[in-house]
Amino acid sequence: MTGTTVLAANAPGFLSPSGVEIAFLLVGIATLGAAVVTVTTKQLVHAALWLVMALGGLAVEYLLLTAEFIAWVQVLIYVGSVVVLLLFGLMLTKAPIGRSPDADSANRWPALGVAVAAAAALVWVVVDAFRTTWIDLRGAPQGSTKVSGEILFRHWVLPFEALSVLLLAALVGAIVLSRRKKEER
Amino acid sequence: MHLVYAAVLAALLFCVGLYGVLARRNAILVLMSVELMLNAVNLNLVAFDVWLRDTLHAGQALTLFTIAIAAAEIGIGLAIVLQVYRNRGTADVDRLRDLGEDAHRPDPDRADREEKAEAAA
Repeated sequence: MTGTTVLAANAPGFLSPSGVEIAFLLVGIATLGAAVVTVTTKQLVHAALWLVMALGGLAVEYLLLTAEFIAWVQVLIYVGSVVVLLLFGLMLTKAPIGRSPDADSANRWPALGVAVAAAAALVWVVVDAFRTTWIDLRGAPQGSTKVSGEILFRHWVLPFEALSVLLLAALVGAIVLSRRKKEER
Repeated sequence: MHLVYAAVLAALLFCVGLYGVLARRNAILVLMSVELMLNAVNLNLVAFDVWLRDTLHAGQALTLFTIAIAAAEIGIGLAIVLQVYRNRGTADVDRLRDLGEDAHRPDPDRADREEKAEAAA
């Protein structure tokens, strides 16, 4: 047991440091492209499917940042359930299957302006602040399941339990909201 | 690895989500864009947590909490959208103007709603 732990701590990563960097950049470009297609495509169902690619790309980024547990939670919850919920929502609201020309509202150009301004400001601030900062990815993974479980149930138990109450409230709320009234039946 | 890559990717994803929230018409596509924004924040949390090597791993714990809250939010949001669709016959956020102030504008929802009521009857 301890032998394997030591081995895991000392083993080199799957990719070399520059390999991780290149993989992060390539996956990041793919993720960003999928996100852009998600918000611009005219076919509503395709938007949900491109969202799968964006969220899956983010899961790969988490893996590259050695946060393994978060990556698998991302795959399970986002790709597995949230996208399915969104697809169900699209079907239940009878979204058109083909191209819908009115997918974007009239204020898309102001929206584009706001988004580009926000992107310019944020990127400028972030690049200026963290120009000379490197993440050290050597050593043991930062977010293995063991580490995540220990911190979650040792230091973050109270928020965790509060969150379970919130999830219960959301469950009850969703059922109450989507239930048909008696006279409507 | 350079921290800027993760931070810039998160900022750009957030702005893509922002554009989607402002520009999309269908309420479900707006919810998808909100998911993109939440994911950008998650990426930031994880990247900074790994950079700081926090012993409490606050970033990763908060990421898990954000994911759970996003799941709750999408459930409630879709229930509300379905309810709106059932009552109004549309999930188009531009046409839900009942609380708007311009009373002189012709109301396209009302005609829709009456049409739907007639169809239901």
